[in-house]
Amino acid sequence: MSLRELYQEMIIDHGRNPRNFGGLAQATHCKNGQNPLCGDKLSVYLIEMDGVVVDVKFEGAGCAISVASASLMTDAVKGKKVEDVLSLFQHFHELLTTGKANDEALGKLSIFAGVAEFPVRVKCATLAWHTLKAAILHDDKSVSTE
Amino acid sequence: MKSETRTTELKWFKKDFPLLGGTNRGKPLVYLDSASSAQKPQQVIDAISYFYGHDYANIHRGIYELSERATNVYEQAREAAARFINASSNEIIFTSGTTGAINLVAQSFGRSQLQAGDEIIVTEMEHHSNIVPWYLLKEQMGIVLKVVPVLDDGSLDMLAYASLFSSRTKLVAVTHVSNVIGTINPIRDMIMLAHSNDVPVLVDGAQAVPHMNVDVADLDCDFYTFSSHKLYGPTGIGVLYAKSHWLSQMPPYQGGGGMIETVSFDEIIYVNAPHKFEAGTPDIAGAVGLLAAIQYISNIGMQNIEKHEQSLLEYAEEKIHELGFVQIIGTTHPKAGVISFVMNDVHAHDIGTILDAEGIAIRAGHHCAMPLMQRFNVPATVRASFGIYNDFSDVDALIEALKLVKRLFPDVAA
Repeated sequence: MSLRELYQEMIIDHGRNPRNFGGLAQATHCKNGQNPLCGDKLSVYLIEMDGVVVDVKFEGAGCAISVASASLMTDAVKGKKVEDVLSLFQHFHELLTTGKANDEALGKLSIFAGVAEFPVRVKCATLAWHTLKAAILHDDKSVSTE
Repeated sequence: MKSETRTTELKWFKKDFPLLGGTNRGKPLVYLDSASSAQKPQQVIDAISYFYGHDYANIHRGIYELSERATNVYEQAREAAARFINASSNEIIFTSGTTGAINLVAQSFGRSQLQAGDEIIVTEMEHHSNIVPWYLLKEQMGIVLKVVPVLDDGSLDMLAYASLFSSRTKLVAVTHVSNVIGTINPIRDMIMLAHSNDVPVLVDGAQAVPHMNVDVADLDCDFYTFSSHKLYGPTGIGVLYAKSHWLSQMPPYQGGGGMIETVSFDEIIYVNAPHKFEAGTPDIAGAVGLLAAIQYISNIGMQNIEKHEQSLLEYAEEKIHELGFVQIIGTTHPKAGVISFVMNDVHAHDIGTILDAEGIAIRAGHHCAMPLMQRFNVPATVRASFGIYNDFSDVDALIEALKLVKRLFPDVAA
């Protein structure tokens, strides 16, 4: 695993120019998440209709890994059924902890495989996902990676 | 080359530290995190190992010679710590570290001498360990915290400091050296001003004691705290210096064995300081290690250490300025060998990971000083800090790795 693989162009690009960035006025669900160790903070907004995530956005600030992960997450889950979103998170989490990618399920998200080599950074890559999950499940507790 | 000649003459310190010959992520280790904790010389490791192998027993208890030997070396450590900061040994209390020492003062001095509405002056650059114990007092008894602001260059606003004193001010708690930006505060002046208002002063010396001569008699501070582990000694032990007249007025912080003369269920008589404040079996081997660490750095000489670290700081600042894309937070001097920096929009943790992959150990984050991060409007910084074992090649490695960060983040770091 080289640094180039961890910080590859797609991650740098999404970290610098995140997609689906901003608030969502008609959101049916929203949640704030933070990683107190890094100071990363983000909010996830989504519109759910008939069990499908029809739109999703996020805003916040953090390291390249956390912002790129949030950006690619919004791209990946838009239009998916809620149950598929939750199972995608499971695959993604497995990727980050084992480094082994289920390419079929993960698609572009498998570019985060390199994070597995840096265990302290797993929290950065999962912050947006934990926040999304809490938003979907209407979990009242605020999300913290600590 | 200037750096090479400087490197050769300074290389000899490194050989005493076995860990520094090791690796980090498969690359030769470059250790630039001494402000967090310093590595240990072989002399300290050997002293602890020898103690457990030859002289260990509980102290102040056994009637046998072995316990006497252990007691003697523990008390020798107290005497060495006292000489090290020019105090007398009955003013030296062994604690678990700086954090333990400040909590002791907060709970013992604070709860016995302060009342609701009384004020404690702290500064915006304090480590959480010199904020949270006072905040606990605020919650427990309604004391009020007043905060000295930090100026743009990373120095304290001394005019504001002078204006914060009132008839309710009961203590000043200030760091000697900032753990984040290295600023050496003018604590002698601050103590004089506080004393002219009849206010005692606690100085957090965790970041000062490893880098400069500290003379508590000359400073005239009321309390001074430091940790062994930042001073090339073991973890688990630290020192609280307190003037005798305060110690005699302060109630015990924790109760247990070793701090009493007699105990019945109706009356307990405590021993005098320092043992009054050392309940339970202390970190005896830690004291042995601290003694060895103090001997080790005394042999090198604090003036030599200071000179060495200042030349590293000067070299690193020069090299960082030459890069042109790294911004140092806190530019005031004098400062200790601590440099905090950011690179425009590249997050500190991304920089930290890249340096880590290059074998370089630095700290990235808020450095337990969130108010100071807010002051400079940054979520986190990268901090490189120097110890006696660092040399110019370590700085060169840092500079090369920062160039790599720039290559990986070409737009963001621009």
